[in-house]
Amino acid sequence: MEQFVMAAVTILIGVFGCICYFFLSNIALDRIYPAFGPNAGANINRASQIRPWLFMFPALALLTVYLVYPVFVSIYLSFMDAEGDKFVGVSNYIWLINDVKFRESMFNNLLWLVFVPAASTFFGLVAAAVTDRIRWGNFAKAMIFMPMAISFVGAAVIWKLVYEYRPDGQEQIGILNAIWTGMGGEAQTWLTSPVVNSFLLMIVLVWIQTGFAMVILSAALRGIPEETIEAAILDGASPLQVFMQIKVPQIWGTILVVWTTITITVLKVFDIVLTMTNGQWGTQVLANLMFDWMFRGNDTGRASTAAIIIMLMVTPIMIWNIRNAAREAR
Amino acid sequence: MADLKLTNIEKAYGEVKVLANINLDIKKGELIVFVGPSGCGKSTLLRMIAGLERITGGELQIDGSVVNDVPPAQRGIAMVFQSYALYPHMTVRQNMEFALKIAKKSKVEIAAAVDKAAQILQLTPYLDRLPKALSGGQRQRVAIGRSIVRDPKVYLFDEPLSNLDAALRVATRIEIAQLKEQMPESTMIYVTHDQVEAMTLATRIVVLAGGGISQVGSPLELYERPQNEFVAQFIGSPAMNLLAGEVVETGAQTVIKLAGGGTARSAVPTVTADLGMKVNIGVRPEDLIATQADPLYTGVVEITEALGEVTLLYFKRQEEAAQVVGKLPGIHAGLRRSVVHLTADPKKVHLFHNGLSLLYR
Repeated sequence: MEQFVMAAVTILIGVFGCICYFFLSNIALDRIYPAFGPNAGANINRASQIRPWLFMFPALALLTVYLVYPVFVSIYLSFMDAEGDKFVGVSNYIWLINDVKFRESMFNNLLWLVFVPAASTFFGLVAAAVTDRIRWGNFAKAMIFMPMAISFVGAAVIWKLVYEYRPDGQEQIGILNAIWTGMGGEAQTWLTSPVVNSFLLMIVLVWIQTGFAMVILSAALRGIPEETIEAAILDGASPLQVFMQIKVPQIWGTILVVWTTITITVLKVFDIVLTMTNGQWGTQVLANLMFDWMFRGNDTGRASTAAIIIMLMVTPIMIWNIRNAAREAR
Repeated sequence: MADLKLTNIEKAYGEVKVLANINLDIKKGELIVFVGPSGCGKSTLLRMIAGLERITGGELQIDGSVVNDVPPAQRGIAMVFQSYALYPHMTVRQNMEFALKIAKKSKVEIAAAVDKAAQILQLTPYLDRLPKALSGGQRQRVAIGRSIVRDPKVYLFDEPLSNLDAALRVATRIEIAQLKEQMPESTMIYVTHDQVEAMTLATRIVVLAGGGISQVGSPLELYERPQNEFVAQFIGSPAMNLLAGEVVETGAQTVIKLAGGGTARSAVPTVTADLGMKVNIGVRPEDLIATQADPLYTGVVEITEALGEVTLLYFKRQEEAAQVVGKLPGIHAGLRRSVVHLTADPKKVHLFHNGLSLLYR
């Protein structure tokens, strides 16, 4: 109960505080440069130059403190020892390159990178195309989108139950084992069998991200001019040809944006791995490796080095993604 | 290159019938124009012929076979859309060859068809451009080219010029007329709300109103002998003046006493039984001539619009009556606020009773 009250109060203060800030700062600005009197024109110009900065200030300040500053500290720390007080040069990086777990993480991240964005975008595109045509499409869309509202940890717990294994003599409760044994197989400890287990983790993220891809692509599909589709029908194209040759090429830009956005999510994937396997049995990924060294290994040097690697991988995709999105929005 | 036959065609959305009793015979080589006010169903009718809208009643025949349930692509029709509907991700050449590729024609055949169409439409220099790098007029030509390469039985044009600016519209209209000259065998159906396009392009015009056909005929037939008040006012600009009156003399020439006080003579013959009949006389603004004696209409000029070759006179409304407009050759800007007496050649005076022309009784 106490927690609930705390949460409610926090939300109230946060929201109300934001409103107050924008409202009061705006009034203050209008007082300093009133839009009347002898200098009205000059005042309005000056006020409208200041106003954007005034409104962006909270966001800029928070981003500086929690994003820009940590980047530089991370770079600094990656050249320091475990306690962060002795300069060690590039030895953290050399250690990382030779570390077995790091190589495993890189390999797994690449697997995730190939599989998850491709599968999510593909299923999202199919779901978008199919749900636009059927009567209960909106219900189906809501269902497919629902996982987006579940936290990664929550999703991981749900899927952990799906993959659950109980030792011999106990009743199996996992759906996957139920299906497997139903088809005549032996109950498996799915999450401990290498490579297969990585894919089982990826499925969780695909399950979450398909909804995102579907929503964006569905909007893009609806934005296609109806006449081009009718023209293609008159030209004799079959529904599949219309989809592949007329619709998909016209939303190609959006598909790329969706793909890269999911790619960035994938590079940062952490919660699912931590919750389901904690990187054991060959499922380690970079973000979880960083977390391990930070909070279990208590080595800020190595953790920061892993963080920098993740950042280096995300940055180019991010830039490309933003450019693409800007081009789409033109 | 085909005959079309529409028999009792009907379109209903649920309970609401938007089109009914559409009967029309279109002969090979004709250029038929559907005109009508917004919402009269002209585009819907065209889309039904194309197969993009389901026909909810009646029968559509192309070349003698019923095509109600034949998919659009197999009806042998090609359509040019108002918005051009070019595939934005394909070059001009790819746009034009798309249908042929779908039909699995040979490469040689496709290239020949595209090159020929491009030549007719003067698109050869633009074949490798994307639609976005073309002007509006060029885009519309690509859309037409996409139809030509398929060598369809029937060409359908859905307001193809309405997205172009005025000058380009005239130029493209002439291009379409020339195109028709080059392909005298091909049947074309053209939808527009612009009566100038209708008058200049059509072999026959179909005037649609209120969910049905109001009149079918050649442009001059519609202009000279409208069957009803709607067609009379729809064709011609400014619209035909309608004045209420009563038949006072019958015979080869009818005399009408007008509610506004004037007397009109019409060459439309009447019989003795018509004496006292309530009629509307119709006179086109361009048929009104200034007179001194025995005027048909007398009014005060409220506004003049001098267009150079003609001057439009807008007369002050008299009570409930509709506004009368006159069109005099030459420049008469000085007539504003003056009283003008007008009459008309009896041959140019139409008679309508209950909205229908007495000429067609």
